[in-house]
Amino acid sequence: MSVFEPNTYRGKLIVVEGIDGSGKSTQISLLSHWLRSQGYAVVFSEWNSSPLVKQTTRRGKRKEMFTPTTFSLLHATDFADRMESYIQPLVKSGAIVCADRYAYTAFARDVARGVSRSWVRNLYRFAMHPNLSFYFRVPLDVALGRILGGRDALKYYEAGMDLGLARDVEESFRIFQGRILDEYEAMAAEMGFEIIDATLSIEQQQRRMREIVMNELGESLKTSVLHLPLGMDFNAQTTDPPVL
Amino acid sequence: MRKRPTLQFYNEPLPGVDTSELQGKLIVIEGPDAVGRSTQIALLRQWLEQEGHAVLDTGMARSALAGKGIKLAKQGNTLGPITMTLFYTTDFADRLENEIIPALRAGFVVLIDRYIFSIMARAIARGEDRRWIEQVAGFALVPHAVYYLRAEVQHLVSRVVLGRGAFDYWESGMDLRFGADMYESFVRYQARLIKALDSMVEPYGFTVIDAGQGIPQIFRDLQRQLGRLQLGRVRARKPATKKVRN
Repeated sequence: MSVFEPNTYRGKLIVVEGIDGSGKSTQISLLSHWLRSQGYAVVFSEWNSSPLVKQTTRRGKRKEMFTPTTFSLLHATDFADRMESYIQPLVKSGAIVCADRYAYTAFARDVARGVSRSWVRNLYRFAMHPNLSFYFRVPLDVALGRILGGRDALKYYEAGMDLGLARDVEESFRIFQGRILDEYEAMAAEMGFEIIDATLSIEQQQRRMREIVMNELGESLKTSVLHLPLGMDFNAQTTDPPVL
Repeated sequence: MRKRPTLQFYNEPLPGVDTSELQGKLIVIEGPDAVGRSTQIALLRQWLEQEGHAVLDTGMARSALAGKGIKLAKQGNTLGPITMTLFYTTDFADRLENEIIPALRAGFVVLIDRYIFSIMARAIARGEDRRWIEQVAGFALVPHAVYYLRAEVQHLVSRVVLGRGAFDYWESGMDLRFGADMYESFVRYQARLIKALDSMVEPYGFTVIDAGQGIPQIFRDLQRQLGRLQLGRVRARKPATKKVRN
């Protein structure tokens, strides 16, 4: 049985995955802007951004109310809302949806938190199967160096502090990210990830990504063939892709 | 001392819960909208407390984590069926882990107004995959008893009209537009819910209570059923001085 629902629509779904500090957000941002400049209708969806759910998530984090199970379920709720109200209708319309993190993030992170692997996989069964899933492979130390060097204090759940792995936040983060990395590596082949070596230069990674994406997209999805109502232009107003 | 049967999870044990510690009783009241569940729960609570039991009652969308978010989401018009199912499951999980299980540990009788079965029935009534939601909700504890207050749709309609005097948007399944107006949609949607709940009677061991009767008759039926559970008698304690501890 397949992990997800097949994408039977005209549009495409491209997702990026990897541990914190792998550089995936930089890469998907470069890619989506470039695709737009090439005449594709591109929209962008971010993990944890549903207007219906994100306040609840924020509250749960601030008050440290989550257990592994409720953390997993609430993130799946957020994902479901974006899938039902945003990603699916847009892919249906022929758009290219770029997602920064996808269900694989939950597969890696929730299992690293102690949630059952089969349960969390079933939880996301309603998700659309991406056309391309990029996995930014990076050694733990490189990613940690990028994160711990130049950022504000690590957050409680991000560092896996709820698991009591270590009393020191950085040490906890290190152990938790290591577990997540192991989960990503374990599913890479099964999920058919396009693996990008995230130790390469930003330019080299982007070049590789664009090659793979162009191979998948072809020319037929450029905006001229989108069936938009008369007088409505996908690209008319803004230069930035809309974000949800 | 007689050994109590230990509570168990349906499918997926919750991390960090030792079910052998759960000494209380888990009682569920299920049934469609407007069938009179909350009236019966209030009566049961009063009765059980008079009998000397400590009672916790809880119901849908009352969790500290997600209750408020669900209420807000229902005010808009964009809540999709899968999102709704998962939001309610989050709410249930939060109450299970933070209220229900601690109360069971402390030996309470926990009365639950709608369990995972209503969440499942709503998902099934909206065309979601039954196996999917059954597995998602598989971390629930198997209750000691599930009392299903069953009534026909026409009975629910009368109760809504005589009671609140208006149909509710979500109770009428208006997100899916089952009919031309709220009344038609209510009838079709509630019929689907009842059908889904009926299909769970056997696999989940529901005790069916005829909710077409009057309030006192339903309450008497529930009392009779609860009597069979042997909740444990409350006896006068022996004086503390007689206790010998080594």
